Amino acid sequence: MQQQSRKHFDASSIPDDLAPIATVLSKMLPGNWRSMRPVIDRLKCVKCGLCWLYCPVQCVVEKPRWFDFDLAVCKGCGVCAQECPHRAIAMIEEAGQ
Amino acid sequence: MTVPSNAPRSAVCEGNEAAAIAVGLARPDVVAVYPITPQSSLVEHLSQMIADGRLKADLMNVEGEHAVMCGLQGVALAGGRTFTATCGPGVAYMFEPYVRTPGLRLPMVASLVTRDLLSPQCVWGGQQDAMVVREAGWIQMHCESVQEILDTTVMAFKIAEHRDVMLPVNVCHDGNYLSFGVTRVEIPAQQDIDTFLGPPSVNWHVALDPQRPMAVDPLTGGAGGVGPRTFVRYRKGECRGMQNALRVIREVHAEWGARFGRHHAPLVEEYRLDDADYALVTIGSMTGAAKDAVDAARESGEPVGLIKIKTFRPFPLEAMVAALSKVKRVGVVDRSVSFGWNCGPAYQETLGALYHTGRPIAAASFIGGLAGADITVDHFARAIALTREATWEHKPDGPVWLNEND
Repeated sequence: MQQQSRKHFDASSIPDDLAPIATVLSKMLPGNWRSMRPVIDRLKCVKCGLCWLYCPVQCVVEKPRWFDFDLAVCKGCGVCAQECPHRAIAMIEEAGQ
Repeated sequence: MTVPSNAPRSAVCEGNEAAAIAVGLARPDVVAVYPITPQSSLVEHLSQMIADGRLKADLMNVEGEHAVMCGLQGVALAGGRTFTATCGPGVAYMFEPYVRTPGLRLPMVASLVTRDLLSPQCVWGGQQDAMVVREAGWIQMHCESVQEILDTTVMAFKIAEHRDVMLPVNVCHDGNYLSFGVTRVEIPAQQDIDTFLGPPSVNWHVALDPQRPMAVDPLTGGAGGVGPRTFVRYRKGECRGMQNALRVIREVHAEWGARFGRHHAPLVEEYRLDDADYALVTIGSMTGAAKDAVDAARESGEPVGLIKIKTFRPFPLEAMVAALSKVKRVGVVDRSVSFGWNCGPAYQETLGALYHTGRPIAAASFIGGLAGADITVDHFARAIALTREATWEHKPDGPVWLNEND
């Protein structure tokens, strides 16, 4: 690669209307904007692990007798409830904190 | 072909090879290509140059045009000077990353060897592809001759990488007529091009760099977070870059003329216009035959001139208004179709420019040269005769299709 004629990221000289970039990590997680949350029925759960396999954001966490969800990460998509063969997961509406 | 490259030289070559020679002079870091008629010989020449070691660049042979543009975005974000070439269905397949490139403000150069679009099935020239993508945010410069392809392709790198522009450039040349048309070309010395272009300036504003991690093109605007104003700011910035390009294109053409002695009209060329009553408007290689027809009409006393649009994006409003203000009637010849307006695209845009002259004049739309059809001097003579008869009172209800009976 050839040497560039300009130094990278002289922040003072980059116009603020060029390409969109982000250099600060947002602390917002899916749990901040989720509209539905999964609730597990511990008696129905047989720990088959299908919800763990299907979860797109990998928020399923293992407990001694059942699987549960990390609600900071869960985005409420409902894939787990759809796929659970024992209908052990219900999606309920978020109602405030 | 082994020629020392540190002296000016000349060659006899087709337009596609002239573009390849120009790319070699610009010394890109990476060339990514997928062959497509009538662009194929361009990338064959480039591949040969790289295989022979005459161009020290990486060649990415990828599986399609979408991958071409995605790959080149990565190269540009890493700071590389890039080139590709495509046309017609190729640019259609490239469309998703193609429209993203200007918004990322990544300077790159891509030849558009213009080809008519399907269907009906065709592999021949026409400017429909360029016209379809004219609102994608790429700069578009259309060439008239093989020499202008060579010169414009080198200049395009300087225009794209100018700090006030930072946009990708399509250098358009007509499929078949220019891609395979063979003429003599003058080739500048490598060291003079190195001086003219300088080192690449590609990713000083946005980069893939482990030393300074950043998210490139994060979700912007909308209801959450920063709000619509951020999106608007970037859109306005893109428009500003395009408007700046009008100045930069003029400056770069002027510098090219001063260094290499070849002066091309940067935005709009006026041909025999100063004492003209009426004029044709043309784009691209058709202009040669149109100028011959204008010359012939002049010999029989017709006060006709010609306006050639070289830079179509950004639209050279000021230069077009200056040219149109000199005439009383105008006939615009397009090699493509505006389905929305039942006329040629350049005709429709000429009407837009006429608003800015503050003076309504008669304007006629001619469509010719579709799917490789020849627009001959006789066709232009007909366009000249019909433009002469055009009146403000009797507006045509559609375009004149020049090859309708061929």
